[in-house]
Amino acid sequence: MSPFRRPRPAPDQVTGPVGATGGAQAPDAPMIHARGLVKRFGDFTAVNGIDVDVARGESFGFLGPNGAGKSSTMRMIGCVSQPTGGVLRILGMDPRRQGTGIRARLGVCPQQDSLDPELSVKENLVSYARFFGIPRRVAKAKADELLEFVQLTERADSKVEPLSGGMKRRLTIARALVNDPDIVLLDEPTTGLDPQARHLVWERLFRLKQQGVTLVLTTHYMDEAEQLCDRLVVMDGGKIVAEDSPRALIERYSTREVVELRFGAASLEDMAGKLAGLGERIEVLPDRILLYAFDGDEAAEAVTGRGLTPSGTLVRRSTLEDVFLHLTGRTLVD
Amino acid sequence: MAAVLSVLETDLMAYRRTWRASVLSSFVLPTLFVLGFGLSVGSFVDRGGQLGPVHYLDFIVPGMLASTALQVAFGESSFPVFSKFEWIRTYHAMVATPLRVVDILGGDLLFLLLRLLTTTVVFLAVTSAFHAVHSWWAIAVLPVAGLLGIAVAAPIFAFAARVDQDGYFPMLMRFVVIPMSLFAGVFFPIDRLPEVLRWLAYISPLWHAVVLCRAATLPGFGVSVLTAVGHLAYLAAWAGAGFWLALRAFRRRLVI
Ligand SMILES: Nc1ncnc2c1ncn2[C@@H]1O[C@H](COP(=O)(O)OP(=O)(O)O)[C@@H](O)[C@H]1O
Ligand SMILES: [Mg+2]
Repeated sequence: MSPFRRPRPAPDQVTGPVGATGGAQAPDAPMIHARGLVKRFGDFTAVNGIDVDVARGESFGFLGPNGAGKSSTMRMIGCVSQPTGGVLRILGMDPRRQGTGIRARLGVCPQQDSLDPELSVKENLVSYARFFGIPRRVAKAKADELLEFVQLTERADSKVEPLSGGMKRRLTIARALVNDPDIVLLDEPTTGLDPQARHLVWERLFRLKQQGVTLVLTTHYMDEAEQLCDRLVVMDGGKIVAEDSPRALIERYSTREVVELRFGAASLEDMAGKLAGLGERIEVLPDRILLYAFDGDEAAEAVTGRGLTPSGTLVRRSTLEDVFLHLTGRTLVD
Repeated sequence: MAAVLSVLETDLMAYRRTWRASVLSSFVLPTLFVLGFGLSVGSFVDRGGQLGPVHYLDFIVPGMLASTALQVAFGESSFPVFSKFEWIRTYHAMVATPLRVVDILGGDLLFLLLRLLTTTVVFLAVTSAFHAVHSWWAIAVLPVAGLLGIAVAAPIFAFAARVDQDGYFPMLMRFVVIPMSLFAGVFFPIDRLPEVLRWLAYISPLWHAVVLCRAATLPGFGVSVLTAVGHLAYLAAWAGAGFWLALRAFRRRLVI
């Protein structure tokens, strides 16, 4: 069972149920189009001239550490924050003038929970649907459908407070879907969840992606970005430092494999010197050395061949974490 | 308008869980006022003859009615509003929908208006049962209580959207709401007050509402149409300015 009606009517036939109507848009026009987008808070520049295009049906990610400007960007796309500069078009419309019409067609899952503890689980969905002008009866049916989708049917009449973090997130995702949105914005959908709860959320989001929903998400977890994003931008300090599919980014900015070397108490700088010439590149982290090579096992053998005896050796595939490290010299999660 | 009503609907959905306690207390409070102030304190005042032929109970009922509206307005506009920004964050969820800030504010004020009207109706019913209401004009206290409530609540909505911690509300209660209740003609005529305090009463919205309520329920305290319009206009000015301030404060807090 799918809670989503696809294919959708052409956007210019869709009318926001409350407030302004949407503008006309060519079918292949980007869902989100930003050029030189800037957000300043006083003297501080949180988003510093970014260019983004998101196509229909795409799953697009903003990957970056805390403070990179991801939420600021998402809030501008969600039309709850005015851009300080640059061009921004959402669904062919201008957020400065058509915010109401745009928001009618977005689904937003914010970084911080904002569920209503005075309402039951189901009432949270019904009440939210009413804000979109959805008739009460339709809203109730939709709520049942979505509770099924996020596996919360048994909790429909429960209060929100006793739900686990993962359940609250799933409820928030369900809430973001009440209006059959054209774009779903997810700001750090799994931050703070335990691994099991995170996998449940990923599974639901993956299902949405398969149904052709346009997803835009932010994360500072590289595995999340790898799992969910067709394409992503790496953000740091308000700027985009790279953009491509996860696989292409890894191919371009990292080697196929990585050897993680630990050397107990020995000075890692000294060790790095002794490793010179091995692999394609070496990164020294506070607690380990990363040796980048096409063939990790071969590189690990070469290390012992030099008479070095690491206290720990781990050969793994390159990830987006390595891409980020290469591009910025810092790790994603601190 | 549909947008405003959808916000009101959410408030009512939440109120469904607490309405029994809330309605019960709106019966209990006026009963206690009548018994405590009207009958016991009243018997001393009446013996002193300070108010001439007027019973003290009859005198304070319209005042207590206005001051109850003030309490309801404070209760619905301080912590609950702050909480929707800071703790439960439901205002942030609302601005992400097609709702405009003015719809959100309008819906919550409309809910407050309903609370004011039901509380006032109950207050009138209880005090009538104690024969403390003496004119059919008493119906006129409904719009007055509603207007007073909005006149007080709208600026507090603005205040709640500006502050960064809830510690300000007990201070607002202690330094504004309670003094206003004590010195705005609820318990005694303000002509007994020194000049300075009397001017504070004139400034406060409560005094204007008390004068109107008393005119409505108590023959002998009537006011001319022109005076009544003046008091109403003063309350409307507070409500209008408060709404404008609240709208600005909400926008600043929600759309950044
Ligand atoms: N309302 C605000 N006022 C001032 N600074 C802000 C505000 N919102 C965010 N910032 C700053 O902008 C930067 C980017 O924040 P944010 O967009 O939340 O990053 P991210 O979501 O990537 O962690 C941070 O340094 C943050 O402190
Ligand atoms: Mg963020």
